[in-house]
Amino acid sequence: MKKAFKIFGLFFSIMIVVGILTGCGSVPKAQLKVYNWGDYIDETVIEEFEKKYNIDVIYDTFATNEEMYVKVKGGGADYDVAIPSDYMIERMIKEGMLEKIDFSNVPNYKYIDERFKNLPYDPNNEYSVPYMWGTVGILYNKKMVKEPVDSWKILWDEKYKKQIFMLDSSRDSIGVALKMLGYSLNTRNIDELEQAKEALIRQKPLVLSYVGDEVKDAMISGQAALAVVWSGDAVYTKRENPDLEYVIPKEGSNLWVDAMVILKGTKNKKAAEQFINFMCEPEIAFRNADYIGYSTPHTEAKKMLDPEILNDRTAYPPDEDLKNCEVFEALSDVIKEYDRVWTEVKAAR
Amino acid sequence: MKKAWYAYPYLVWMAIFIVVPLFLLLFYTFTATTEEGIRFTLQHIKRVWEPIYLMVLLRSILLALICTVVCLLIGYPVALILASKEYSQKRVLALLFVIPMWINFLVRTYAWMSLLGKNGLIDMVMNFLHLPPVQLLYTDHAVVLGMVYNFLPFMVLPIYSVLTKMDKSIIEAAEDLGADYITVLKRIIIPLSLPGVISGITMVFMPAVTTFIISRLLGGGQYILIGNLIEQQFIVVGDWNFGSAISFVLTVIILISMGIMRKYDREYEGGAIW
Repeated sequence: MKKAFKIFGLFFSIMIVVGILTGCGSVPKAQLKVYNWGDYIDETVIEEFEKKYNIDVIYDTFATNEEMYVKVKGGGADYDVAIPSDYMIERMIKEGMLEKIDFSNVPNYKYIDERFKNLPYDPNNEYSVPYMWGTVGILYNKKMVKEPVDSWKILWDEKYKKQIFMLDSSRDSIGVALKMLGYSLNTRNIDELEQAKEALIRQKPLVLSYVGDEVKDAMISGQAALAVVWSGDAVYTKRENPDLEYVIPKEGSNLWVDAMVILKGTKNKKAAEQFINFMCEPEIAFRNADYIGYSTPHTEAKKMLDPEILNDRTAYPPDEDLKNCEVFEALSDVIKEYDRVWTEVKAAR
Repeated sequence: MKKAWYAYPYLVWMAIFIVVPLFLLLFYTFTATTEEGIRFTLQHIKRVWEPIYLMVLLRSILLALICTVVCLLIGYPVALILASKEYSQKRVLALLFVIPMWINFLVRTYAWMSLLGKNGLIDMVMNFLHLPPVQLLYTDHAVVLGMVYNFLPFMVLPIYSVLTKMDKSIIEAAEDLGADYITVLKRIIIPLSLPGVISGITMVFMPAVTTFIISRLLGGGQYILIGNLIEQQFIVVGDWNFGSAISFVLTVIILISMGIMRKYDREYEGGAIW
């Protein structure tokens, strides 16, 4: 009897190990794992895709490019499609983390505005299909900020102590400081980076909080006077609270493109391409752009948008607003310095 | 010692989820990946002792200590009341203490955000009473409040369970011999309940010193604690070596404080002195 128990015990142990190593087995339906920014899609679109192609979509979200990169790089996740930003795509291409897209399976690519094709992060356009684009700027509450806002310097103004939201994202926040100081946000100069670090640490007592997606609700409900936001969030919050206004500071800012990519090691490349193609269908692209408020690179979808949005400087800024704006570069050689600076800024008091 | 058959699954479990991760932690702490390969290094441990990170560590320990003291000051009387004759029959009060723990603590912490925030409930009450508005959310106070709120049951329950199991006849004997309540409390109840107090302190201090989500939500990323620093290294920066090194230092500190606690625990066993 005792021996039987012993065998049972051993058997049970093996079961645990085997269970852990293999994970769950059978999959009834084809599966597609999509990794996107939070609040960055009209979720009914996903349901429609599931129905149309009979594919189960597992949809997860991230808050910063760095978070996405670390998770994918660590191998802890097996996503098929992700939607990172330009500089992160560049880095991922360099590190061989992306799969080339077969564009014959993505015929709707023809709708993408030529302006957004062959950009430096993916020069021959082999890996990515643009999803949305936008800028980084200051969102402010006109009732709380009476003076004109046109410079990043206002975020260092003692008057607005504890009234400022910053982005909890390394490249964006360091970029703001670099631009405020008059440097390029792709600087490789350690001295300039150190100055940006000092500026951000000096700014800390004025900052109410470093936030991600929460910034939208917080600004709508008037929790703070000023916030650094992405343009699409500005479009959304302005719609909810007309007191809010968005501006791209005169020192310039970051112009970015988020694009859909297929990750290396995908088990279902065809489904991934179907998904990307589906997202580029005019009707679907329009619904996403309309719902989340970001600027679309899709020519047909743009035509369907409300003319009021098209004339909104926030969503579709004229070229003069963009003249000092830069696109992030991957900076693979100095990115560790950016990480160190950001860690020190966050740790400082 | 002969191991029983039913221990095997647990041993396997421990090996996979405790021993292996600990070795990984040690591995990452003491190695660096360079172009020539992996080599032994102390650079990550050294970096933890840079003043900027040391301050984060000290701040975390300080906040955790404040939280533990507040929990003890609130928790002990509560446990006394719960265990007293009037309430010990009715378990309702004890149950009320446990019920909030059934709700995920993340949800409860989010609830505090809307209570403390601008135009939140507290702000509205202050407005109504024509008192000046106070900045509560995104301060140290909010973080301590969140920690006390979340960890208080961990202080109350061990003390409560020790108190209910206490031999009531000793207290009765003391009262028969003419001791007043204060004396009984000082000479009998408190010394006898020390094991509960010590396990309560341990159970509050450990999660308080390592918390990252409470300080993130209620501290707004302004007041980062050691837990946030570790989280940031793994999630955002991807510097596993430095993250492991901080975790390693923190583990050592926790082990030392547990050792001290154990020493006191043994000294007070039997509750002879106070």
